[in-house]
Amino acid sequence: MGKRSAKGWLYLLPAILFLGFFLVYPLVDVFVYSFEESYNFASQTYAGVGTFNYSYILRDPYFLQAIKNTFILVIITVPVSTGLALVISLALNSIERLRRLFQTVYFLPYVTNTLAVGLVFMILFQRTPYTDGFVNLMLSWFGAGPVDFIDGPYAAKMFVLCLYTVWIVLPFKILILTSALASVSKDYYNAARIDNTPPFRVFRKITLPMISPSIVYLVITGFIGAFKAYSDAVALFGTNLNAAGMNTIVGYVYDMLYGSSGGYPSYASAAAIVLFVIVLTITVINLLVSRKHVHYNS
Amino acid sequence: MKVSVRDLTKIFPARGRKKGEDVVAAGHVSFEIEDGELIGLLGPSGCGKSTILNLLCGLLQPTEGRIFFGEEDVTDLPAEQRGVGMVFQNYALYPHLTVMQNIMFPLQNFKGDRKLSREEIKKRTDEAARLVQIDGLMDRKPAELSGGQQQRVAIARALVKMPRILLMDEPLSNLDARLRLQTREEIRRIQRETGITTVFVTHDQDEAMSISDRIIVMQSGVVNQIGKPQEVYDSPANLFVAKFLGNPQINTFRGAVRGGEVYVGGDCILPADGIPDGEVIVGVRPEGLIPAPDGALGCRLRGVEVMGRDISVLAEHDASEAATVRSIVSAENIAMLGGGTVRFDIKPGKAFVFAADTGLRLDGRRADG
Repeated sequence: MGKRSAKGWLYLLPAILFLGFFLVYPLVDVFVYSFEESYNFASQTYAGVGTFNYSYILRDPYFLQAIKNTFILVIITVPVSTGLALVISLALNSIERLRRLFQTVYFLPYVTNTLAVGLVFMILFQRTPYTDGFVNLMLSWFGAGPVDFIDGPYAAKMFVLCLYTVWIVLPFKILILTSALASVSKDYYNAARIDNTPPFRVFRKITLPMISPSIVYLVITGFIGAFKAYSDAVALFGTNLNAAGMNTIVGYVYDMLYGSSGGYPSYASAAAIVLFVIVLTITVINLLVSRKHVHYNS
Repeated sequence: MKVSVRDLTKIFPARGRKKGEDVVAAGHVSFEIEDGELIGLLGPSGCGKSTILNLLCGLLQPTEGRIFFGEEDVTDLPAEQRGVGMVFQNYALYPHLTVMQNIMFPLQNFKGDRKLSREEIKKRTDEAARLVQIDGLMDRKPAELSGGQQQRVAIARALVKMPRILLMDEPLSNLDARLRLQTREEIRRIQRETGITTVFVTHDQDEAMSISDRIIVMQSGVVNQIGKPQEVYDSPANLFVAKFLGNPQINTFRGAVRGGEVYVGGDCILPADGIPDGEVIVGVRPEGLIPAPDGALGCRLRGVEVMGRDISVLAEHDASEAATVRSIVSAENIAMLGGGTVRFDIKPGKAFVFAADTGLRLDGRRADG
């Protein structure tokens, strides 16, 4: 090794050590734990090595429920939030008056605390001995019966969770898409106008390709974010998510580590690895699909 | 297609909290373009020439005035329905589409009776590509083309739908000098072959003079003169036009008319038929100053620039508006120069007299433009 490269490595050393200790080592460790049966933190012992942890969690109804919940959440909220953000951004981009006001309004949820928003949703949706909640009040105006959104049927709870998630992620997506739309040169639209291009064709052939890199970015980060959902469910349904039947994969990992049933790091590690594999697979698929449809040279 | 513009005015209202002045981008502009003509809309930046172009294509609505294509009043017709072709300054080619897709884009918008079959679209796209000689590059993306090739694609896209008129906004400004010469001849050729009425905007007088049938010279939103390039050059309507056309620029002197003669400094240089006494500006083209031992105008000699075919004689004069008085003569005449002063004969037809205050032409020789 030459003197120059030794110096280079010396400069890199702090970062390498830091990342090694806090990022690479834990990653490897989680992978190792996931194959060690009944690992115990306190005694640093384990019963054996094998795929027992995986076969356990894959048969655990709570984990299966968490996977189902997470997938439903992902499949509903990513397209809905991205689509809604696109519609709102297009609308914002086409108005001139009050645009700044609306931009601010749409951005507010982004700077609001998740748990505070959860409390507001509770007020909107929760039934108490005194009131059926604001949403039920509105439902009653149309003659619909009261629904228990927080402690009632699964579909109602899922609806609230999805609504909450969409509402939370919307501002960031609107922010990204409005700036992407604003950066498309007006000349393209003028050229399309002079050529009498129908509005939908302008959208499909000009706007969409031009902002496609931003959309792909939002879809990929949206998938990853939704797969890692946890705090949103806690904010709405409390910490005992298994009992509410609304747990997510990350929630399951957390419960396995610290929750009331707590103290099973091996199961938690296996669940974390399963989540990692799912996210990796989806992201790779996303990238492969988008490569065909995205235009980066603008 | 004949184009008539009548009394066209565009005012951009003042914006922002501090109310400034309204901007008159075009004030009572009128002109007629004959079928098949190539018109150069010429003026310095900010003179309103691009505004006129945007009014013609319908991207802007006039404050006042009418626009006719042939007999049809198109003033209230939106840009979508005017059927014009436009070449934008930066070409505005869709970067994610290939050359072929870019060119066929306008054809695919045709609806109803005008809707074209797939074969028809292909055929017309190929024709347009051949016309501008880019038929070998159909599968490239715009980013993979040179500036000149992009320009051709933009022209093909504008022509493919057989527009009623073709508008070009500074079509050559993004090209380097050599390509500019080549492309302007190309534009001329394409315009001749298609016979399409064309308006192109430029701030480059060489460009406008070399390819236009007629030029329209604008300044501050107002048309100063309309005419054949040579006529406008030979007989400018005012001082601005005289200064704007011609390279090197015209020499201008502060002078005065006294008793039917034009004086610059102490020298009487021109007869002034019918011009009342008063302050004037005298403009003399560089080729109109001919060194002669007994010439009318005396200047201090500063030097000589040899440029091969011609030489420039550089001199100074106290009444000159610019620091340097320039005369262009052919290289054989160099021998007669010598000493500290040089005298010039003024060639008739190359010198113009303008009012000192308004800049309007005073001597009568201006042709109708």
